[in-house]
Amino acid sequence: MIYLDNAATTMRKPQKVIDAVVQAMSSMGNAGRGVNDASLSASRIIYDTRERICRMVGGTNPRQVVFTCNSTESLNMALRGLLNPGDHVITTMLEHNSVLRPLYDLESKGTKLTIIGCRERGTFDIEDMRKAITSETKMIVCTNGSNLTGNYVDLKPIGELAHENGLLFVVDASQTAGVFPIDVEEMKIDVLCFTGHKGMLGPQGTGGMYVREGVSVRSLKAGGTGVQTYSKTQPAQMPTALEAGTLNGHGIAGLHAALEYLEEYGIDNIRAREQKLMWRFYEGVKDIENVTIYGDFTTKNRCAIVTLNIGDYDSSEVSDALLTEYSISTRSGGHCAPLMHEALGTVEQGAVRFSFSHYNTDEEVDTAIQAVRELAKEE
Amino acid sequence: MRKKELKLVVTFHTTADAMAMEKACKEYQVPGRIIPVPRAISAGCGLSWCADLGDREQIVDMMRKAGIEEEEMHECMV
Repeated sequence: MIYLDNAATTMRKPQKVIDAVVQAMSSMGNAGRGVNDASLSASRIIYDTRERICRMVGGTNPRQVVFTCNSTESLNMALRGLLNPGDHVITTMLEHNSVLRPLYDLESKGTKLTIIGCRERGTFDIEDMRKAITSETKMIVCTNGSNLTGNYVDLKPIGELAHENGLLFVVDASQTAGVFPIDVEEMKIDVLCFTGHKGMLGPQGTGGMYVREGVSVRSLKAGGTGVQTYSKTQPAQMPTALEAGTLNGHGIAGLHAALEYLEEYGIDNIRAREQKLMWRFYEGVKDIENVTIYGDFTTKNRCAIVTLNIGDYDSSEVSDALLTEYSISTRSGGHCAPLMHEALGTVEQGAVRFSFSHYNTDEEVDTAIQAVRELAKEE
Repeated sequence: MRKKELKLVVTFHTTADAMAMEKACKEYQVPGRIIPVPRAISAGCGLSWCADLGDREQIVDMMRKAGIEEEEMHECMV
């Protein structure tokens, strides 16, 4: 099977990630719930993972790294924990439902929402964001990379815009963490939300957020923390303020190994490899008759995603043919990014997404190109 | 039960702080170990750092350098 659905999850993980999870499952206790070796080994590896993530995102304090199950949980915590009725928030049409749905819910409770429209090729203009700022604006939230088109969003100017206007800047780094360099200080990010199972190459069920020191996110959860047992309220100190209940220690041990792998391999090398494969595929399919490609390919810096349709074929039919006739795994239909589909005019047809990992080979890409060519001929 | 000695016990707000303390002590070669918070200090739960009284100055200095904030610092029988 040729797996080209890495934007959904990177199926192939480094062997050391798998080994670390297995090892943790046979030796790890509950972090912070005792002073036995098993419990301490969990506490130590979790703390070390905080340090590694803090380093990776250019943070100033590992205690500001909070573990969650995924980006969706992180984004819910950031948006619901920072926005109030009457506040105004700005976002974009590129967003995933993990941003949009919490925002729609908040909107129904009195938060004011502006969604910046798309320009050509699924991009947006930062000037539209600037124009949308009012005296009530509290936050800008946007993705670092579209999960549908692979368009990369340059965060630095947006962070500067937010900073100049005294706004919070929340980022969805689901498609970029572990692959693109992120520096929360340089990019002036207040809350960075990430998942562990995509570009970071860790297990599903891992993820988190980095919260700038001084930014106070209201906790959505309260519960056991291993500290301050007789206090009736959740401890105020980070990261415990935003972590209640047993953490996914086994998964975090895997994420720890994944971070080691990323440091050894180098995220610049991973990105270079993924992008090379993506461009190889793009060059191979872009001139095929009946093939429509979505997204901005005028810039070299983009996520390793190529999304297309063949004629007016249902994208699910194309994806199914790729699987059954060529053993190629892709994703079809809607991609949890409803506004992006609206902007691209693919609400009815959906789209077929090919997304690459540094583990994919040139031969796999060539097989996929040939498959698209043959399917397009049948149109 | 073993005989108790008067020790320096540092408590923390979070497990993350306790882990930062253990790591920093290892790095700076400051002796001591993680113990459960003694009941004499707090009836809650959590981890604390237990060290010899004579190392207090070195520990305070190291915590300042490493940016580790204690909840409280006690002398108690452990």
